[in-house]
Amino acid sequence: MQAFTSHDGVVAALDRANVDTDQIIPKQFLKRIERTGFGQFLFYDWRFLADGSPNADFELNQPAAAGATILLARRNFGCGSSREHAPWALADYGFRAVIAPTFADIFYSNCFSNGILPIRLNEEDVAELFHRAAAATASEAGQYRLQIDLAGCSLQDTDGFARSFEVEPFRQRCLLEGLDNIALSLRHTDAIDRWEAAHGIPPVAAD
Amino acid sequence: MAVAVPPFAGYIEALVPNPPTASCMSGPRTLLDKIWDDHVVCTPEGENPLLYIDRHLVHEVTSPQAFEGLRLAGRKVRRPEATFATPDHNVPTTDRRLPIADVISKQQIDTLRENCRQFGVRLFDLGDADQGIVHVIGPELGITQPGMTIVCGDSHTATHGALGALAFGIGTSEVEHVLATQTLRQAKPKSLEVRVEGSLPAGVTAKDLVLYLIGQLSTEGGTGYVIEYTGDTIRSLGMEQRMTVCNMSIEAGARAGMIAPDAITFDYLRGRDFAPADFEAAVARWQQLPSDPGAVYDRVEVYRAADVVPQVTWGTNPAQVIGVDAAVPAPTDFADPNDQSSGERALAYMGLEAGTRIVDIPLDRVFIGSCTNSRIEDLRAAARVVQGYQVAKHLHAMVVPGSGRVKRQAEAEGLDKVFTAAGFEWREAGCSMCLGMNPDTLSPGQRCASTSNRNFEGRQGKGGRTHLVSPAMAAAAAVSGHFVDIREWQYR
Repeated sequence: MQAFTSHDGVVAALDRANVDTDQIIPKQFLKRIERTGFGQFLFYDWRFLADGSPNADFELNQPAAAGATILLARRNFGCGSSREHAPWALADYGFRAVIAPTFADIFYSNCFSNGILPIRLNEEDVAELFHRAAAATASEAGQYRLQIDLAGCSLQDTDGFARSFEVEPFRQRCLLEGLDNIALSLRHTDAIDRWEAAHGIPPVAAD
Repeated sequence: MAVAVPPFAGYIEALVPNPPTASCMSGPRTLLDKIWDDHVVCTPEGENPLLYIDRHLVHEVTSPQAFEGLRLAGRKVRRPEATFATPDHNVPTTDRRLPIADVISKQQIDTLRENCRQFGVRLFDLGDADQGIVHVIGPELGITQPGMTIVCGDSHTATHGALGALAFGIGTSEVEHVLATQTLRQAKPKSLEVRVEGSLPAGVTAKDLVLYLIGQLSTEGGTGYVIEYTGDTIRSLGMEQRMTVCNMSIEAGARAGMIAPDAITFDYLRGRDFAPADFEAAVARWQQLPSDPGAVYDRVEVYRAADVVPQVTWGTNPAQVIGVDAAVPAPTDFADPNDQSSGERALAYMGLEAGTRIVDIPLDRVFIGSCTNSRIEDLRAAARVVQGYQVAKHLHAMVVPGSGRVKRQAEAEGLDKVFTAAGFEWREAGCSMCLGMNPDTLSPGQRCASTSNRNFEGRQGKGGRTHLVSPAMAAAAAVSGHFVDIREWQYR
């Protein structure tokens, strides 16, 4: 898995609450049997018009979001379906972090499996970020950037906004080091064997 | 039709006991505490606990990348005998003898078949008498049992909690982790008791109850929690109604919903294919599972069944729901600015105006099916409404049974004839138009009364407009061409 240590990137502001994973990656693209190539379908029904051309009104299609790697959204981001195709699509499109007041549980876990850092900030701070993103977009800069440091659990812009955020220490470590979770768990095979034996489950057949 | 004896029956048996662990002596515990404590394999220093997984359910959409990951790393499925697969999301619900027209769908279903063959996983394939929606066949075959941990790469895995299991949806990376290790990395979730007291009024079903609860809790009220549904209202629900309630826990943000096992649970499981051979011994163990008196939940919410009326969603998330006797709300009715903006977007997408009475909303389609409402009791309830009526002239209606077994049972009872005589289509088992991955979809602008679980934008087809209701409400809407209050229905 791709490690996440620190990141400096353009923010795309998606001013919506309850963005569900059906919107992040619509069902017609779940038939693929690969993990890659989903970025082209990200937010498909919002990003593209019926004739397949880009929807100019959609936030990600606007100049302010060009090259964005940090997604800013409102409450309950990633709700609904457990489809990991959602973080696959976000990552493949280029997003490295998502900032929102709250995330749905399954989506939140799935981000960590794919090198994406989901950052919870309180609603006032998220509102402030939307405000700053809008101001930056209207200014000469045209885009809003944030700098994120996972080791220090902090993020900041270049204009005085600085906040810390919380991440479970274990998840932080896995992301910082880009650890293979399965390999990590397989180190505890003895404990799994013991649990099974204690519950009367026959040993796993040898190779 | 009976399935063959599972190859590792001894193992299945052996998995049921819940021997006491050290922590269980520490005071009164909830149902969640008991299952959790018994399944923690280890909590390595500085890491999250490894939780043992008793049953892993697999379908074609969220598993191919997980099996591929195993292959690339040269890993095996640790417990193929605890892993059960079926194709459901993507399968056509028309004549099964015909080839699958969509080549990409076919590839995904073929891939599941090949993966199950290669890794030794039991598959209930297309054409198998017991194929069906994974959350319908798990309980139906007795694979789902009280006290178990059950996962599946599907958010509606919460369904299985109705039998007193801890069951939740996981992502594909976690599917791969469970396949390889039979465990999951998991911090313990918080517990939320949702207590419902009193009798449900006539005409009000489990679906109405859970939609009402989601409306009260909001789409994220349960985030970070496992819900245990308690109270005499819940206790009085039959097994399939309990599944409907637990199924939609995720729509309130809770990864799992559960109900303590009782005589209703045991009666449901007795005699099922994968039920323990020494059933009474299993019951004796399962009787230890319910939350102890005095057990403490992290949060408690209490509701009155008498407050629930038949529900209809008006928006684009399941918490945007209201009684059938009400009108579409205005965004300004909400205090929270997020709810206001969501409400505005929802009304625009749904093509609805605030103030429109729910019963005045005309419909183009009706879908009866999904892991929420495709079991035999759901179909009986719908058929009872339809009996002696015809589907409204302009409307297209379909019934998709949840499994091959449900379909055969319904046909044995003549329910299929009731539906087809009324003008419904009677289909083969699968997820179908709940998510429209197969050819069963809404066209842009079409409005559908659906017994499924999600009314998200485009869920049933791009531009489609979904209203979630109970099976009886959907059936009455099919006959009437618009929503009607089922409490006023003239049964024939």
